[in-house]
Order: sequence, then C-alpha cells, then structure tokens
Amino acid sequence: MEFSNLQSLYRQVIMDHYKNPRNKGIDKNNTEYHTVHLKNPTCGDDVTVAVKISNGVVEDIRHEGIGCSICCSSASVMSETLIEKSVEEANILTNNFYEIVKGEAPNEDLDMGDAISYAGVASFPARIKCATIPWKAFETAVLEINSQK
Amino acid sequence: MSSLQTVRDDFKILNETMNGKPLVYLDSSATSLKPNSVVEAIEFYNTKKTANVHRGVYKLGNEATELYEGSRHTVAKFINAKSSNEIVFTKGCTEALNLVAMSLGHSIIEEGDEIITSELEHHSSFLPWQWIANHQKAKLVFVPLTEDGRITVENFKSVLSERTKVVALTYVSNVMGYITPIKEIIKLAHSVGALVSVDAAQASPHIKIDVQNLDCDFLSFTGHKMLGPTGIGVLYGKYSLLEKMEPISFGGEMIDLVDLNGSTFKNPPYKFEAGTPVIGSAIGLKAAIDYINKIGFDAIQKHEIELREYAIDLLSKIEGVNIYNTVSDVGIINFNIEDVHPHDMASVYDNHGVCVRAGHHCTQLFMKWLKAPATLRASIYIYNTKEDIDALVAATISGKDIFLHGIF
Repeated sequence: MEFSNLQSLYRQVIMDHYKNPRNKGIDKNNTEYHTVHLKNPTCGDDVTVAVKISNGVVEDIRHEGIGCSICCSSASVMSETLIEKSVEEANILTNNFYEIVKGEAPNEDLDMGDAISYAGVASFPARIKCATIPWKAFETAVLEINSQK
Repeated sequence: MSSLQTVRDDFKILNETMNGKPLVYLDSSATSLKPNSVVEAIEFYNTKKTANVHRGVYKLGNEATELYEGSRHTVAKFINAKSSNEIVFTKGCTEALNLVAMSLGHSIIEEGDEIITSELEHHSSFLPWQWIANHQKAKLVFVPLTEDGRITVENFKSVLSERTKVVALTYVSNVMGYITPIKEIIKLAHSVGALVSVDAAQASPHIKIDVQNLDCDFLSFTGHKMLGPTGIGVLYGKYSLLEKMEPISFGGEMIDLVDLNGSTFKNPPYKFEAGTPVIGSAIGLKAAIDYINKIGFDAIQKHEIELREYAIDLLSKIEGVNIYNTVSDVGIINFNIEDVHPHDMASVYDNHGVCVRAGHHCTQLFMKWLKAPATLRASIYIYNTKEDIDALVAATISGKDIFLHGIF
C-alpha cells in the first residue's frame, strides 16, 4: 500500500518523458506558432506551449518551461498525444485527460497514448493542476487562434 | 523537554492518520495545530455565551463582551502593551499589516520619501508598502542581506537616511527562521523620525515579545500560527499613533455620532473594528495564549532548537540534501534535494504521512535571492517529537531513491 500510490503517480513512462522530453524547445521567431504561457503561482510550475494549426489539424506542438516531473512530463505527453489530430479530436482528448486525472474511467475508444498513465494523479489531488497546466495551455492556444480568425 | 512530554495529549488531531500513516505535522509555520482548550473555548462561546459584543443590553450580551474584551486584555499582557486600547483585533496578520499601510501611507509618505523593507519579507509585509510607494511616488528601499540571508544592523544602517519615513520588517523570517535585530533597528529608525511596522507572524509563537522594550510603533501577528484559531489577528499600535490614524473600514460598532452631514468615530481600538468581530476566534486566541504561557517560551525554544539540531544533523548526512539555513533561531528548516523538484518530494512526504510545505512560502523575492524556484520547509513546534523527525528523514531517503534511482 505504501508504495503503490506513489508508484502509480510516478510511472516509468512518466519519468521517461520527464528525463527525455519530446518536442521540447520553442523557436520564438517562428510566426507559424501561437504561444501561450501559463504558470501556477503557488508552486512555480511555469509552462509555455507553442501550437501550429493548419486546415483544422494540429500540425505541431512545442513546449518549454520549468516545474515538477508531473508538469514537465505532461507537456511532453500532451504534445505526442495531440500532434496530427484534428483540432476537434484534440479538444476531446484534452477533456478526456481531465477526466483521467480526476480518477474517472477513461473513454476506451479514444487514443490517449501515454496520457493514460496519469490516472495515478487522482490519488494526489494537490497534483492535478501540475498535470493539467500544459493541456490548459494547449486549450487556450486553440481558443486564441480561433478568436483571431 | 520534560515539561512538553504530555503536550501531545492536548491535540486531538494527532490521533489522526494521513494516507494510512500516523500524522507527522511539520508545517506549523503555515498554521499550527490547535489544542483542545482552544477548541473548547470557541465551543463555549458558541454553545453557552453566544451574543454580539458591545450591543446587547441583556446579561448574555454583557458576558460575551466580557469574554471578548478579556481576550484583548490577555493579548496586551502577552506582548507587554501599556494598555488594552493599543490592541486592535483584525482577521489576521495580513489585515493588520495592510491596515497600517492603508491608514498611514497616504498621509505620511510623500514624493521622494523612502520606505525600507527587505527581500526576506512575507508578501503581506512589503506589498502594501510597495503599493503605497508606487502611488505616492516614493522609493522602496531594500536592506541588503548578508551572504546567509540575514538582516543586520550594519546593513540596515547602510540604507537608512533622512528620507526614510517608514521601516517595514519581519521579526522572524518565515523561510529562514532568523531573528532580526529589530530593537536596534527601531532605535536607529527613530533617530531619523521614521515609524517602524514589525511583522511578528513568525515571532509570536516562538519568542517572548515585549513591545515596550522594543519601542516598536506597530507590531502585527496572527492567532492561527500560535495555537489559536484562524480568522483572528492582532495589530498593536502605540496609542498616540492609533489616535491620529484614520479608519479604513466603516460600519457598525466603530462610530461615535452619525449625522447627515458627517460622522465621528470611536477612539482606538474600536474605530478600526467595523462590523461584528470574529468573537469566537478572539476568545479562542485567549485560550491559546493561556496555553503558551503555561508552557513558557524557555521550554518552547529549548524544545524547538533541540529537535531542529537533531533534524539538521540527520538531514545533512544525506547526500544531495541542501539545507539553506543550517543555523537558524527557531524551528524552521528550509531545504531542497538536488535534482528533485520540491513538489515531487512533497508527494512522497504526503504518502509517508508527513506534512511539509513545498513552494515559495509567499516570499517570491527571497526565492529569487536564493535562486531557487521553490523549496521545502519543515517547521517544528511544541508537539513534535524525535519520531516525527525520523519520519521526515525516512521519507527524504525514500524520495531520493524514487527520483534519482527509480527505486520505490
């Protein structure tokens, strides 16, 4: 019991994304990307996500920032999960991610990839925010892109 | 330590568990636990003596008022104020510190004046003055900290000038646990005619405060960090200053005469206590002070330092543990584990039943000074034991294993 909660929070796949983040690094001069910066002032998690959308498809997501392993790994996982999805599908996956970290059963029909590994966060309510910040940044980026149209 | 051996029996919450483990509470600098006597005092008011204060002509109303004012008297004695009229009840230390700045700031700070504060401050100590400085086009001046993060008399002298109008400093740092040489600083500040507002939120639970000896102009603290309930704080002010200050909140209870063309207000402290106060919490604060007095600050300090040294000794033997304050004056330990984010560590402590604070501790200026985005803070109080420290150490080792070696 003692370690099972922690073990499910810090799954190997999560620690792998933390140590070897995918799609990390933002080229600030590339105007094809829309950038959103979010932070959690209470703990210092600080994430920037850059999203490139064309023809209703998420073509690329880049991220950078500082924070705990849950937050940083989640940015990496989010980018992998959402790239090449339609914007509509990406939003559905994002909402499903919010359900997963709250401890709800995931929608089996959706291709969540490594994002499914964040179910353990539900046992640590204080950490839900860490996991969702990068996804919130993506959501905000999509909203801002749409409102600019 | 002998006089503190039975203390744990007085805190019902220590029978609770967290995540299936006995509760190890090492976050008293955030808020302390509350002894049974405090809980009972609040219950006594709520079940036997409920009535508003300073209003009811009936007996119960009078009894409630006596309890409320009795608490004010106890607070005055606790910090050796000259009179109970120098004790303003607020909802916490933050409100008390803000009251001083908002009431005085606009009338005594002019363009070009200087306000001295420090990077060691809690946000509530310097933000009100930063706001005043911005509005009045005054300058906020920071005492340079020593290499280990202390405020010293020498460094204070280096920024004190004829332009200094206000000094807003912490008595005890909530991150490093350092005691500021505030008495000497107050004397120097007075020599240039400046007023001094002392943030004593982390002092009142740990050290004896004597406002007459310090000669401070204002001193603020809160009940909930010193065994009392939340919702009650204290602003001490010299009566001659409180008398001259304008109220910042208006309503019931603070008025003298109300007229269509203008109104007059009561004398201090009442003119600063608009509306129905947090009566039960004020009564709970008296019980908290009675409890502290019964134990005595000598025993409290001895206990805290003994446990702190025990903890520092064990933690510093763990490779990769960086302690920012290996020497400090109260039971606060500020540390980090190399290559592990404090929030990741905090979940390990959580899982071990250990409550520690992880974050910036409402001191973003000091976190920048430390060059750390966040740190871990374990804070010790009267009910902690060596077993609590052992649990902290075991969880620390376990966290290192998890994050650095993948061993659960």
